Amino acid sequence: MTLYEFFLAPFTDYAFMRRALVGASVLSISACPVGVILMLRRMSLSGDAMAHAILPGAAIAFLFSGLAILPMTIGGLAAGLIVALLAGAVSRLTIQREDASLTAFYLISLALGVLLVSIKGTSVDLMHVLFGTVLALNDQALLVIGSISTVTFLMLATIWRGLLAECFDPVFFRSVSTSGSFVHLLFLVLVVLNLVGGFQALGTLLAVGLMMLPSAAARFWFRDIEPMCVAAAVIGAASSYIGLLVSYHWSLASGPSIILTAGAFYLVSVVISPRGLFAARATPKRHRTA
Amino acid sequence: MPSFRLRNVTLGYDGHPAIHHVEGEITSGSLLAIVGPNGAGKSTLIKGLMGVLTPMSGQIELSGCEIHDVAYLPQASDLDRNFPASVEDLVTLGLWQWRGYFGSIGKLDRARIGKALMAVGLDGFQSRQIGTLSGGQLQRALFARVLLQDAKVILLDEPFTAIDNKTVGDLIALIQRWHSEERTIITVLHDMEIVRAYFPETVLLAREPVAWGETAQVLKAENLLKARAMNEAWDEDAPWCGHGAK
Repeated sequence: MTLYEFFLAPFTDYAFMRRALVGASVLSISACPVGVILMLRRMSLSGDAMAHAILPGAAIAFLFSGLAILPMTIGGLAAGLIVALLAGAVSRLTIQREDASLTAFYLISLALGVLLVSIKGTSVDLMHVLFGTVLALNDQALLVIGSISTVTFLMLATIWRGLLAECFDPVFFRSVSTSGSFVHLLFLVLVVLNLVGGFQALGTLLAVGLMMLPSAAARFWFRDIEPMCVAAAVIGAASSYIGLLVSYHWSLASGPSIILTAGAFYLVSVVISPRGLFAARATPKRHRTA
Repeated sequence: MPSFRLRNVTLGYDGHPAIHHVEGEITSGSLLAIVGPNGAGKSTLIKGLMGVLTPMSGQIELSGCEIHDVAYLPQASDLDRNFPASVEDLVTLGLWQWRGYFGSIGKLDRARIGKALMAVGLDGFQSRQIGTLSGGQLQRALFARVLLQDAKVILLDEPFTAIDNKTVGDLIALIQRWHSEERTIITVLHDMEIVRAYFPETVLLAREPVAWGETAQVLKAENLLKARAMNEAWDEDAPWCGHGAK
């Protein structure tokens, strides 16, 4: 097998592989910066909870219109936003913190979703919703992913400064601007949007992997936020390419292959990066005078 | 000119007052110290003035300026010290009301930031990550941010915690300069020597105002004794307050 056959032929020969690569890469470029902010806000697990929360919306759409991209996207988006808003309202109006209220609502949402899918669908349909089908992305799905990426970029560019301020000193930001809660809400919308985009390709359960694993890996390589976001997007896109190649050559499931590749990037970063285990263990032999 | 008017203000948590029935006025250009034992309600009062905590009853009226003209230095800042931000990023937030979401930070702004850092003894710290600062250095950086806010009213909650003597002297000089510029400054303090030396007006709290007025009169031994006798604990079975009831 030549290098060309190994690295490029799968994508030049098969349109479904090209679509999968384009979809997953575009999704990485948009979801990974969102993942970086989620991680810096110490909300990494909230991403996972939101991914589960999307399920009942997609399931209701599935009940009415079968496995159609657009209705399932809109349903998922609505369900994710409702859970995010309810969890936010409970944490702001009662003594409960957002992690607990989000957990409560996503669990209700997840159970409801599985129940709804099982009323009409088969276990194959349920598998599709839970784990996605990156190799079956049609034009409409690519268009949805492209639109979500564009909206994410425009919105991030608009709220970036306030988002970072709200992230790192929320009390101070509240004292100088009334937009803190609104920025937080817009950010949650972005999280849900990108998870919904990911759910087409990777399913509700794996979508969050493409958002969080490259972000967590990038944290080990860069100190400042902007390079961290770029690195996360590059790791996400590289994981998509390598994951698809692995799945093609060894006949493995494509979604998990992509996420496992991102996981490998994370593990390697934990060990060898400038902020990883080895660097932390290595005792500096010299030090400066001041 | 900005001033606060407090009408029978009660502030607290879970139905228990941290401080109750505060009546008084903080006039424009005041340099007021808030003193009292632990749990006396000092920080709670500051939070009430800042609008971060809503009174359980009574009103706090701010006249003569908007709430964004009030700068606030909290006792223990909620800022995330693991966040990848530099000292300059932190201090630049003080320019928010002029630069907001889209305004660019120009050369003049950077010069102002540099000057503010120099005033608190952190010259050259611009690119240092906030996670690498000591407690006192972080407090000084937060002071620099207040400086940059150029606010008419400045609320400082125990601003000299963990700060060395020399810097305390520099920061007091800064507070005096603000006072001479007729800004209103309200500061929670524990060091009575500093209060006596630099603050013309004081309010002594012990879950309610024990005395309020000229510092020398307020800090008399009898008032301090009275404040010390305050019961700090909440009583779950305490009767409902009937203050002012007919």
